[in-house]
Amino acid sequence: MTSTRLQHLVPATLVLLLAVTVTYLSYTSEPAESFLFPRLIAGIMTFLAIWNFARAALGIAKVGTGFSKATLITIAPGLAVVAIYVFFLAKLLGFYFSSALVFVVIFSIYDPAPHTDPKSWTKRISIAAAFTVLMYGLFSMLLKVQTPRGIFF
Amino acid sequence: MEFLSYFGGVFEPVALALLLGGTIGGLILGATPGLSPTMAVALLIPFTFQLEATQGLILLGAAYTSTVAGGAVSAILLKIPGAPANIATALDGHEMAKNGQAAKALHISFLSSGVGGVVGVLLLIFLTPILAQWALAFGPSHLFWMAILGVTVIGSLDSKSFIKGLLSGCLGLWLSMIGYDDIQGAQRFIFTDALTGGINIVSALIGIFAIPQVIEMFAKGRVISSISSLAVEKQSVLASMREMLKNKRALTIGTIAGSIIGIIPGVGGQIAGLLAYDQAKKLSKEKDKFGTGHPEGVIAAESANNAMVGPSLIPLLTLSIPGSPTAAVLLGGLLIHGIFPGTDLFDNHPQVAWTFINSMLIGQILMVMFGIWIASYAAKVAKIPTPIMAAGVLVLSLFGSYSIQQSMGDVYIMLCLGIGMYCLDKFGFSAAPLVLGLILGPIAEANFVTGNLIANAGDGAVSYFLSGPLNIFLILLVIASIAYSFWSTMVKGDQKTSIPEVAE
Repeated sequence: MTSTRLQHLVPATLVLLLAVTVTYLSYTSEPAESFLFPRLIAGIMTFLAIWNFARAALGIAKVGTGFSKATLITIAPGLAVVAIYVFFLAKLLGFYFSSALVFVVIFSIYDPAPHTDPKSWTKRISIAAAFTVLMYGLFSMLLKVQTPRGIFF
Repeated sequence: MEFLSYFGGVFEPVALALLLGGTIGGLILGATPGLSPTMAVALLIPFTFQLEATQGLILLGAAYTSTVAGGAVSAILLKIPGAPANIATALDGHEMAKNGQAAKALHISFLSSGVGGVVGVLLLIFLTPILAQWALAFGPSHLFWMAILGVTVIGSLDSKSFIKGLLSGCLGLWLSMIGYDDIQGAQRFIFTDALTGGINIVSALIGIFAIPQVIEMFAKGRVISSISSLAVEKQSVLASMREMLKNKRALTIGTIAGSIIGIIPGVGGQIAGLLAYDQAKKLSKEKDKFGTGHPEGVIAAESANNAMVGPSLIPLLTLSIPGSPTAAVLLGGLLIHGIFPGTDLFDNHPQVAWTFINSMLIGQILMVMFGIWIASYAAKVAKIPTPIMAAGVLVLSLFGSYSIQQSMGDVYIMLCLGIGMYCLDKFGFSAAPLVLGLILGPIAEANFVTGNLIANAGDGAVSYFLSGPLNIFLILLVIASIAYSFWSTMVKGDQKTSIPEVAE
């Protein structure tokens, strides 16, 4: 099996599994009246998911670029920072502090400027601080949104 | 001429300030590659919470209009369309810029956007009341089929594979059912506490549109974005206007094509621009010049993508069916303010509806004025390095999705949907049908359940949903849209609607 076909087969299988699960839950959950519409949609979704799976298995599915190993390696650090930021740091450290921190980290990871250059760090920190102040002005002062404060703010 | 009596609302200080801010901000956002009109409007929705409904809609409407036009700036100067709607603009616009006609290309793009936009809004003004009356004939079964039509049309047309387009639509419909059932109060598909209140439309929209862009920016890695600046030479606006009028055939084709496509629920601006460009080329006496920096190409594409804006709101305001993905986000903005578009919108909220529409008319004129003014500066915005853009959009997405209900659950859902959409997009699934499914799901289900109750008291569901001229007409449209896409796929293969690569 070619890697391209395998790449299409994995999402097709996942979508099919999701469709089958939704269909199973729709037909087994009660009260039946609440699941009337979900049953209709789940049936259509399963039919389309089987069709999509068959196309992927037969190697007919050609749409989409899929993932390359290089892309996955490039996006992995950024995605890890995003996940840590959203699921842990935002509440733990506070929205504004963690946002400034994450801004600097992401900027540093993907900034082509050398990490040994103090000027580039000054630039990163200044832009992150300015952007955080802008966010504070917009959300806390203008829109009165109460964000989680955490350890800092 | 009822709309004339509500023009005063547009010129109130706060409304005018929002209109100006939305127009200028929209032009800058539109000129920023990666920030589509849909994403710009989705990001602005949280800012409207503190505003009155009319003011909020003025801001969103101005941003919608000007982001579509602003996208031409990066398309012309950098050959990177600011939004999908500007793909066709890049084809000749960038060639004009390379030929030393950057200012001319920018001027005619804003001027033709303005002409197309004004015609589109006038159609919205004059056709909406007629269609609103016509919409009174729609019962639950018709509205159910209309919602399904919206999902199938966009699933068929705005996707690279029609099976995956329809599957995306179904996924969106399923996502809309998560949470408590409105009638029985039963729990449906609640796998985690964050899903107890269902999926908030706005946080979902932010996640689906913004997060994949952030990840795409990550994917570029540590490289300096190859953005080459072009000199923007002096060009008289009057000379540009004469150039536009000289090419009135392209202007007419673009305006008509955009207006028609806008009315059809589910067809986006990128299709309007490409279709108009294609037709203008076919009907031009100078076919060979297309692609080499011909003003007709820019005029047709830009007049079409802005002419689409007004008419795309006609099905939204009369039938609650968005005509474009951005109109779908606007629907979310209306619902948040407790305004339900439909037959009685113009009776119950005439102030809101007409002031909003009038503001779009004034917004088109402001867009042309400010567009021409900031054209020379806009190139600087497009030069924002990718890492700053990625970090900025990420932080803005977090704040935006949290501020909706001040709930971390919305933020988690936003991120999960965003990462999921990025992965799905890599395998040919489109965001637009998924979003439409998510938004139209509650409308389809409410009318399906209501229709079912009516049917149980009468001749049964089959008779209620499948009989009657309007039901049959809508069912035929649903079947036709699917059949056409199926046929196209069979004839041309999966890539029939794939977007041409225009980025450098």
